Amino acid sequence: MKLTLKIWRQNGSQDKGKMVDYQVSDISESMSFLEMMDVLNEQIINEGGEPVAFDHDCREGICGMCSMHINGEPHGPDKGITTCQLHMRSFKDGDTITIEPFRAKAFPVIKDLMVDRSSFERIQQAGGYISVNTSGNTQDANSIPIDKHAADMAMDSATCIGCGACVASCKNASAMLFVGAKVSQYALLPQGQVEAVDRVKNMVAQMDLEGFGNCTNTGACEVECPKGISLENIARLNREYFKANVKG
Amino acid sequence: MSILDSKVPKGPLKDKWTNYKDKINLVNPANKRSIDIIVVGTGLAGGSAAATLAELGYNVKAFCYQDSPRRAHSIAAQGGINAAKNYQGDGDSTYRLFYDTIKGGDYRSREANVYRLAEVSGNIIDQCVAQGVPFARDYGGLLDNRSFGGVLVSRTFYAKGQTGQQLLLGAYSAMNRQIARGKIEMFNRHEMLDVVKINGKARGIIARNLVTGEIERHSAHAVVIATGGYGNVYFLSTNAMGSNATAAWKVHKKGAFFANPCYTQIHPTCIPRSGDYQSKLTLMSESLRNDGRIWVPKKMEDVMAIREGKKKPTDLSEEERDYYLERRYPAFGNLVPRDVASRAAKERCDAGYGVNATGEAVYLDFKSAIERYGNEQAKLHGITNASKEKITELGEEIIRAKYGNLFQMYEKIVDENPYKTPMMIYPATHYTMGGIWVDYNLMTTVEGLYCIGEANFSDHGANRLGASALMQGLADGYFILPYTIGDYLSHEIRTGKIPTNTPEFDEAEKAVTDQINAFINNKGTHSVDYFHKKLGKVMWDKCGMSRNATDLKEAIQEIKAIREEFYKEVKVPGKANEMNPELEKAGRVADFLELGELFAKDALMREESCGGHFREESVELDGEQEGEAKRNDAEFAFVAAWEYKGEPSDAVLHKEQLEFNDIELKQRSYK
Ligand SMILES: Cc1cc2nc3c(=O)[nH]c(=O)nc-3n(C[C@H](O)[C@H](O)[C@H](O)COP(=O)(O)OP(=O)(O)OC[C@H]3O[C@@H](n4cnc5c(N)ncnc54)[C@H](O)[C@@H]3O)c2cc1C
Ligand code: SF4
Ligand code: FES
Repeated sequence: MKLTLKIWRQNGSQDKGKMVDYQVSDISESMSFLEMMDVLNEQIINEGGEPVAFDHDCREGICGMCSMHINGEPHGPDKGITTCQLHMRSFKDGDTITIEPFRAKAFPVIKDLMVDRSSFERIQQAGGYISVNTSGNTQDANSIPIDKHAADMAMDSATCIGCGACVASCKNASAMLFVGAKVSQYALLPQGQVEAVDRVKNMVAQMDLEGFGNCTNTGACEVECPKGISLENIARLNREYFKANVKG
Repeated sequence: MSILDSKVPKGPLKDKWTNYKDKINLVNPANKRSIDIIVVGTGLAGGSAAATLAELGYNVKAFCYQDSPRRAHSIAAQGGINAAKNYQGDGDSTYRLFYDTIKGGDYRSREANVYRLAEVSGNIIDQCVAQGVPFARDYGGLLDNRSFGGVLVSRTFYAKGQTGQQLLLGAYSAMNRQIARGKIEMFNRHEMLDVVKINGKARGIIARNLVTGEIERHSAHAVVIATGGYGNVYFLSTNAMGSNATAAWKVHKKGAFFANPCYTQIHPTCIPRSGDYQSKLTLMSESLRNDGRIWVPKKMEDVMAIREGKKKPTDLSEEERDYYLERRYPAFGNLVPRDVASRAAKERCDAGYGVNATGEAVYLDFKSAIERYGNEQAKLHGITNASKEKITELGEEIIRAKYGNLFQMYEKIVDENPYKTPMMIYPATHYTMGGIWVDYNLMTTVEGLYCIGEANFSDHGANRLGASALMQGLADGYFILPYTIGDYLSHEIRTGKIPTNTPEFDEAEKAVTDQINAFINNKGTHSVDYFHKKLGKVMWDKCGMSRNATDLKEAIQEIKAIREEFYKEVKVPGKANEMNPELEKAGRVADFLELGELFAKDALMREESCGGHFREESVELDGEQEGEAKRNDAEFAFVAAWEYKGEPSDAVLHKEQLEFNDIELKQRSYK
């Protein structure tokens, strides 16, 4: 296929940035989207230009590094996948594809399609853990049985890859789904109970501090989340937050 | 005379670690506060080490090239983690895990290290559960297990097909707690480009801030390398795009011996490549071999019909299929170790039975499992006379619960539904058993420089068993290094802060900046990837699943030539003082181009077949094992540790003789 790409180019966080058009040809259907970007970059380098910078690493949908806004949607048109899992068979010959970075106040652009998500790091540091000594002197793993359904639900929440698509898809740039996923994982497990109050309060406080917006229940995040993290996680976050404030 | 001292403690195997821990020197808490440790890499090994060292009270500086420790390549591990818990009561024990690991590694690992690994394995599971890692559970609420290749017990713990993710997020959360307490200073988007040695001891690193391009100096009383494996020397592998050997190679050049570089694991179940543009290969977890059966057609005409699209795999009856692993290895069947499964697939494809257009694919079929589970479920739900459709539906549900994300991944890439038609798979580079040589303390041949996780050579010999890398990474980081490094640091309590304004730092920084400037100023004609792909092709064709002397000699010459061309012709756009992914790649490929040559040299030296290293000249000629790999214990039961002397071709070999006191050296048989 032949494609026209409209790509956001921005040389560093201080630069204003602009959309630039590129043409690529000989794109195969079985190529992944990022392999198409590789082809483009190889072409740009051979023509003496500067390749498009973008984040990626595992290229199998698990590291959460890739972060492109494709045709107006985080991670592109297909549901339940990351940018790196998108394949060119989702497009057709002659298409024009618009490629931008994830946009949110709390995710400043580093270069081209790369954004700075360290705000997510600071939220996790505020309480995304269970304070257990790592010395190995813990009790036997089977000493507390955990209801299979609760364990499975905790696992579902825990599969969040921290990509930020939920924020990028939200008109308020809210991080509630991301925070809800972590709070839920621990709320569903007995090990998470001891610190439940502090955890939810601290994580929410940090989220507000980072400049993420409020949740107005539009549900866009759930639709764009590549890992199927459900709105139930936001509901649970709200309940945990409410409980924590009642307890003081 | 070897200058290598493995420092294995004396005494009976099962008491070594306990006795060792009882006798080592400790650092008191107040003194720990004045000791700095650098941890490079925050995957399972580095992440768990950083968290634990910080918890003990040391000041930790941790580095990774991604924008968060949560994105280290460990995140991609799918199948599971081994531990000798014997929860299933199927006869597992520390000894059995130890034995399986030594045997699986084809008797090329150090007994004492492997035993210690097996010994602490159970602790890992306790630790992770306490951290909130949501392992799979059964209906009674207890932890569930599955089996992996090369063993006869069920000892693998898992979290769906995302075990690595969950374990890494566990370590990440432990790190976050220490970052919040100020005990870990985290440097994301930083790449280590050299180690700094002062008076023979590792005292710091030179790192590049990948966002600003700034070159930074960091000092410490000890440096830990936990930067993962070098599988990307093949260009195509299941590793992440950024996985690299730079840190390991740079410490090698500064005196750390590199052990067994030729021991590479080619994983049998990966999605076959589809074209020249391919940037990486995707693993389909080994756990699938619990339920999937591997086959190719028996008759060549069926192979042809399938390739031409005239027949579908589902059209072939049971009699028309060759379940070649079950045929050749009745005892282990589809669960033979990886090296054996990979070579068997290659053997069938080389014989012309490959089932896709490139001739490089075999089937992994879930039909029997779906039927088996379906019948079981029908009984459980009290459905009598269940229809075939109902059984399939029930069976698919179980398969979905177990491997749903893998099936989805496969479907996204290949555009075929693996519930309905068998998967196509082919071997791909996956893991490197070779790495930086370390002693029992996990210290390299450079004092104060440690190496843990996949980056070291330690526990897996010539072939790693499935679900054992996660175990090793966490064992090293949570439970082993924190003890052994303490013994060393107990001599450092009076050293004081290490200054960075010394000639040693000046010199190391200058070498790094010189190389960067050389790349940027080079007026070359080809991109970095062009050279990386060229190297990868030589590695795969001549140092891949089977090797011979002629090919290896050619490979050495060819890699040398690519390296020379690379320095003349590589084109690196952009500037040094900015975010510049091409520049990052150039540095990594430069190191792969040296490592690749040492790899071939090592493979040429090792004139035996063992584990992942298969020399065509060394096979069994007759008897039950005809055609299987032939080890040569009389001449090659040693670790090959290479000392850097300028060019890879000048590297000097040091041998660590392996002694087996608790296990009898035997030919591996999975028949
Ligand atoms: C697809 C896949 C599936 C797997 N499945 C399993 C499984 O089911 N069970 C199992 O036991 N094993 C599995 N493995 C193997 C296992 O995942 C790895 O061996 C293990 O995770 C390696 O961990 P590590 O901590 O040593 O290194 P990694 O996780 O690779 O971490 C390397 C770290 O080093 C950093 N780094 C690298 N270079 C530099 C540098 N120069 N400067 C600064 N930082 C640097 C990176 O940022 C990263 O933080 C799998 C591997 C793959 C590829
Ligand atoms: S909740 Fe979903 S979209 Fe948001 S960071 Fe996690 S995985 Fe990404
Ligand atoms: S590159 Fe890892 S999720 Fe896309």
